[in-house]
Amino acid sequence: MSLASFGGFGLGLRKPHYSEFLEHRVAVDFLEVISENFMVDGGRPRQLLREIRAGYPIALHGVSMSVGSAEGVGRAYLARLRALVDEIDPLFVSDHLCWTRVSGFNSHDLLPLPHTHEALEIVTSNVSRAQDALGRTILVENPSTYIAFDGDMTEWEFLKVVCAKTGCGLLLDVNNVYVSAFNHGFDARAWLDAIPAEYIRQIHLAGHSEGEALLIDTHDRPVPPSVWDLYAHVLPRLGPVATMIERDDAIPPLHELLAELGVARTIAESAQRLAA
Amino acid sequence: MTLLTLQRQFGAWLRDGDATAAPQGMRVYQNNYRAALTACLEDGFARTCAWIGGDAFEQAIIHHVRRVLPSSWTLDAYLRDFPESLALLYPDDPEVAELALLELALAEAFVAPDAEPLSCAEAQQLDWDATVLRFSPTMDLLPVTTNACAIWSALASGCMPPSVERLDLAQTVLVWRRDQVSHFRLLDAREERAIRLAKSGLSFACLCDRLVGSEGEAEGIALAGQWLGRWLTDRLLARATGELECAP
Repeated sequence: MSLASFGGFGLGLRKPHYSEFLEHRVAVDFLEVISENFMVDGGRPRQLLREIRAGYPIALHGVSMSVGSAEGVGRAYLARLRALVDEIDPLFVSDHLCWTRVSGFNSHDLLPLPHTHEALEIVTSNVSRAQDALGRTILVENPSTYIAFDGDMTEWEFLKVVCAKTGCGLLLDVNNVYVSAFNHGFDARAWLDAIPAEYIRQIHLAGHSEGEALLIDTHDRPVPPSVWDLYAHVLPRLGPVATMIERDDAIPPLHELLAELGVARTIAESAQRLAA
Repeated sequence: MTLLTLQRQFGAWLRDGDATAAPQGMRVYQNNYRAALTACLEDGFARTCAWIGGDAFEQAIIHHVRRVLPSSWTLDAYLRDFPESLALLYPDDPEVAELALLELALAEAFVAPDAEPLSCAEAQQLDWDATVLRFSPTMDLLPVTTNACAIWSALASGCMPPSVERLDLAQTVLVWRRDQVSHFRLLDAREERAIRLAKSGLSFACLCDRLVGSEGEAEGIALAGQWLGRWLTDRLLARATGELECAP
């Protein structure tokens, strides 16, 4: 169950752009879709994904695996995801370091975890079970968080152990590091520097908005300079890594997202030169 | 505190917690939770919202969110109990819940399992003495007591919807997917009964016998042929399999 190495540049596939990706060969190396949107029995969504897959490598990015759930990961959920994985043969399968479900209640939000030894044991067990059920290694994404619990370690220490113990990779969301660092007062660069390069298999870039006293991970605007700076900071020690722009709201014309992706390519090329 | 206890308490606060005294971070999570449920209901029941109006729909969402906990990994499942919430809120306006049931059935047909449709050419090759019809897994039958279908159609096409009418007799709406698009039409009572019988496993030959018995030979055979032709054209039939004895 080793992780594939892939260093391309991609976008999140969203409805307003379906026809452009189907009718033209758009200059992206991969597309990422929200897994749950396609974990349906049949009909147009599954057909569309098959058509898209014929033209582009696909990454499956989920929001409901709930690897932080104290009650374990859902078997029915994993079985459905496995069926999609088997059909699509994705580059990556990912979800978040969070929980969504407890005692028959599903919040449909990425809820924060305490970074405790107990939570670490639960997450590693759940990630291992998910990987067994899916027959492949997954990526776990660092979430944006708006509250912090007392814990036994930092988020990056927690993630390092999850990766080391389960063999999973990290989907590094640079915007989420920035948002959480602002919200909880830690150093975003220290967070990035602490993660071993070999764990980072994919990168998300996105924008955020400002709440009363917190930053909110809204994915509704371009990647801000602060996030580009962190991306440029982390890249030189990584080598080629799959990178994509994530936009979920106020979705602009495709050419605007491709222009943002061009910025990512330029930064990555510059980082490669620096590393060389 | 164990993680399980923390998660139970957090979940309870998301559902019922008082946001006024809570830290902003907790309010962000509660807002996200409510916004996700609201968006899914607004997307799933756009025609129903247009019919009762935005303010009334907002109240219906609040009522539903209090009444029904989201329990599935998919928000699609959260749509399923909304028509019942509307029926409780609008006991004297049954068209509201029926409109919502129709929207729900159309959405569910859209993502129902795929099945290879039975083509006219394939149908000609079947042994009709033994064939049991297999209907599309996208098919659903809904009871209606009002002109909710006409209201839906008017709203969907941007026309002024008709006034509510109660039907003298309850009717059945057939909902299914054809060529990746959901469709519906009202059935007359005889066709509805024929579909239910065929769906329950009665062979087509036995169905014809029953129709001849109830409608007379000429009318019975004509109806069976007419319905079969329409079911084939509508792609309502999947490839037929098996043989069954005539039910008594």
